[in-house]
Amino acid sequence: MIAAVFFYLFASICVASAFMVIAARNPVHSVLFLILTFVNAAGLFVLMGAEFLAMILVVVYVGAVAVLFLFVVMMLDVDFVELRQGVLNYLPIGALVGLVVLVELLLVLGGWAIGENVTAAITAPIPPAADVSNTAALGALLYTRYVYFFQAAGVVLLVAMIGAIVLTLRHKPYVRRQSIAEQNARSKASQLSVKQVRSGEGLSQGLQ
Amino acid sequence: MTIGLGHYLSVAAILFTLGIFGIFLNRKNVIVILMSIELILLAVNINMVAFSTHLGDLVGQVFALLILTVAAAEAAIGLAILVVFFRNRGSIAVEDVNLMKG
Repeated sequence: MIAAVFFYLFASICVASAFMVIAARNPVHSVLFLILTFVNAAGLFVLMGAEFLAMILVVVYVGAVAVLFLFVVMMLDVDFVELRQGVLNYLPIGALVGLVVLVELLLVLGGWAIGENVTAAITAPIPPAADVSNTAALGALLYTRYVYFFQAAGVVLLVAMIGAIVLTLRHKPYVRRQSIAEQNARSKASQLSVKQVRSGEGLSQGLQ
Repeated sequence: MTIGLGHYLSVAAILFTLGIFGIFLNRKNVIVILMSIELILLAVNINMVAFSTHLGDLVGQVFALLILTVAAAEAAIGLAILVVFFRNRGSIAVEDVNLMKG
């Protein structure tokens, strides 16, 4: 009973805030509603018994991705009111496609059944939660049988990081940078010159 | 009133539809389009985890973890491209992306 109450709570807030993500006029509000969506989806994950993924969802999405979105939204100086113009032009076609997709998904939801031999094909049964926690079970599977996929995920993140840096890095010409090679290549002859200063006249020239 | 697999699949279907609807609705704003793609991937993840816990197979959660990784990488790359595009054109409207006249 309490699980049902919490399911409907999380699900309704999740769907409502997801709607606000695409309907909000201000993209900052959209990002904040996206955070709310993800937090409630994490609640759904906890209800399903996938605690580790719920915590990962909060840490990765709310902590990293949403903050990245917020950062970019605030960094770009865009007139968002102008961007909202013409929304109604796309409303009919968007509503049509969305409706078709929803009807198709609901038709699938109404007519599916799990095959008989599916349970025989399970290769990594979830251990009872009283014995092994979800995190430990996931780690025991991820670090053994799926270790190459784990490494591939790391490579994907590395490529994304390097790609983002390469894309956004730009060298400003007016910034003075230290060039250690140039500093080391300086010699006494190229930098020093001895001037004969006559008394009473000072150095009026030749210092450049 | 027990909550079964169908409930979670319904939530995921609604989220997926909202994501697709958002892509059409915010044609001019690439940031909201990226957020809609995040919504779609979240719906897929909910499906994965729902089937995983319902059928008692842990592999689905491993798959969901990998989807999450790819989603994070996609958001980072997409926002980086967006920043570069804004520097070049001074706009983030999708309709302005016609430099190559394709």
